[in-house]
Amino acid sequence: MSAGATAVTSEYAVEILGVHKTFGSLEVLRGIDLQVRRGEVTVILGPSGSGKSTLLRAINHLERVDTGLIKVDGELIGYRQKGNRLHELSEREVLHQRSSIGFVFQNFNLFPHLTVLQNVVEAPVSAQKRNRAEVETEARALLERVGVADKADAYPRQLSGGQQQRVAIARALALRPKVILFDEPTSALDPELVGEVLAVIKQLAHHGTTLIVVTHEIGFAREVADTVVFMDAGVIVEQGPPQQVLDAPQHERTRTFISRVL
Amino acid sequence: MSRTIPAPQSAAPASPSPGLAPSGPPGAAVEPEHLVVVRSRHPWRWVAAVAVAIVVAQFIHGLVTNPGWDWGTFAQYFTAASVLKALWMTVQLTVYGTVLGFALGIGLAAARLSKNPVLQVVSWTYIWAFRSIPLIVQLLFWFNIAYLYKTLSIGVPFGPAFVEFDVNDVISGMMAAVIGLALHQAAYSAEIIRAGIISVDAGQLEAAAALGIPKRRQFFKIVMPQAMRAILPNAANEVISLFKGTSIVSTMAIAELFYQVQVIYGRSGRVVPLLMVATVWYIVLTTLLSIGQYYIERHYARGSARSLPLTPWQKARTRIRTFLDTATTGRTPTRAGDAR
Ligand SMILES: Nc1ncnc2c1ncn2[C@@H]1O[C@H](COP(=O)(O)OP(=O)(O)OP(=O)(O)O)[C@@H](O)[C@H]1O
Ligand SMILES: [Mg+2]
Repeated sequence: MSAGATAVTSEYAVEILGVHKTFGSLEVLRGIDLQVRRGEVTVILGPSGSGKSTLLRAINHLERVDTGLIKVDGELIGYRQKGNRLHELSEREVLHQRSSIGFVFQNFNLFPHLTVLQNVVEAPVSAQKRNRAEVETEARALLERVGVADKADAYPRQLSGGQQQRVAIARALALRPKVILFDEPTSALDPELVGEVLAVIKQLAHHGTTLIVVTHEIGFAREVADTVVFMDAGVIVEQGPPQQVLDAPQHERTRTFISRVL
Repeated sequence: MSRTIPAPQSAAPASPSPGLAPSGPPGAAVEPEHLVVVRSRHPWRWVAAVAVAIVVAQFIHGLVTNPGWDWGTFAQYFTAASVLKALWMTVQLTVYGTVLGFALGIGLAAARLSKNPVLQVVSWTYIWAFRSIPLIVQLLFWFNIAYLYKTLSIGVPFGPAFVEFDVNDVISGMMAAVIGLALHQAAYSAEIIRAGIISVDAGQLEAAAALGIPKRRQFFKIVMPQAMRAILPNAANEVISLFKGTSIVSTMAIAELFYQVQVIYGRSGRVVPLLMVATVWYIVLTTLLSIGQYYIERHYARGSARSLPLTPWQKARTRIRTFLDTATTGRTPTRAGDAR
């Protein structure tokens, strides 16, 4: 599990190699290959049911894949390779790996019985065993950065949707993750609140955090993404810089999708 | 945004020049903040209240004047040493039954929710069995356990024993009662706890897992506090019903409250006042438990609403103030006064 030894060998923050995933008889991911460079922003687009969430959840092993490999910062997720065998990691080891991968949910999933500050502090202290006082100072700075510093002692239900999602982002950031995964972070928000959350994500992008964002916000993709990935029916149809995928798509399916969304 | 309340019946716009508001009839131009709200009246509420009050008064009159209640005897025995000692026994049975019952209940609930099919089946069977057997029958089994097993031994399963005890020495009457109550209670509390746990949104566990929070911590810090909201009202019901249910062990000659008053009225023949002694004690302790329940529930309600509701004490004070104001002036004080 030593990340340090293998990390130097990889220039990628996330590597996905030949990933397949089946739910019952439905093959949701049908051979996904994707590399994400450090500090880059990857936006995943695609119609509903194309497997975007499943792919994202596979990266932090919330979903186990059937075949294929996923590496974060050069470290194999969910398994340990010995020779040509993959040994499943224990639940504890998987939890440890997850604590360096941020995940932001569509419906926030903040802990309602904890204050905003407690929400942010919880995982760094319990999962990464860091010093509580130190984490609290850092957490307040993060809340400041996402613009909800004055809500540190409020409970999540006392916040607007946009504020809750910004707290969720701070909560993910507090783990100092190697990559942050966003699953439709603005889909549960009222239109006028979408902007404030996207602004926070843009700011992370400018700071060089590695981000993978599933979204339907084409404008955001064009402005922020280094790479746009278009998925349909469990495969990556095409990927490339936004100007190429969004403005001059090579494939018919991409063209239809983009013309429908715009 | 201005929070001024619009005038309910103002047809004309408010006077443009403040301070010059004419004191005309309603509907004329009056500053909105000078308008007075007159509450609608409910005559039938008064009729119903008076009718009920008469019935209650008659009942209380009967309690006080009917010599059958024999309040003198009641007062004599209410705090008698033998009664208080028996009350203490009742409290002990309740506490042991609750603590052991809920401890075992947590284990049973965890087993039923686990991924291990053997544990699931064992837990399900336990709950099925102990909910099926009437408590009194189960208690009688424990009292007669020595008839089934004369000795109790600790050693290798199916192998040699290291220590042996005589069952009648180890399991006293009180212990048999505690075992019976706790095992019975465990079956019910297991279901209550399980219901609480599965009522927590799956997204909570998913978020905890995504953050890498250790498994035990996920359970105690994330799931349990949220499950408590669903568990507490039912758990309080169980404790109260166990508290009164301890009277069932009186059939086994254990000197708890109900047994003790039976002994006393058996001697003196004053059945009614002694039953009242037990009744009032049951009511007093149940009331204390209910108050405790209220504040514990409030504690676990943190974050569940935008703001916590007032406590009954705070509410009563607001009500009385409003009532007095209404009674003296015939109108509600001010909107702001209501909110306070
Ligand atoms: N746990 C599951 N069991 C069975 N089928 C599932 C499960 N999770 C997802 N699926 C199916 O897998 C397919 C892909 O789902 P996924 O959530 O990855 O789509 P998506 O691209 O994120 O769609 P959307 O844009 O609507 O969020 C869908 O057909 C869905 O019904
Ligand atoms: Mg999705």
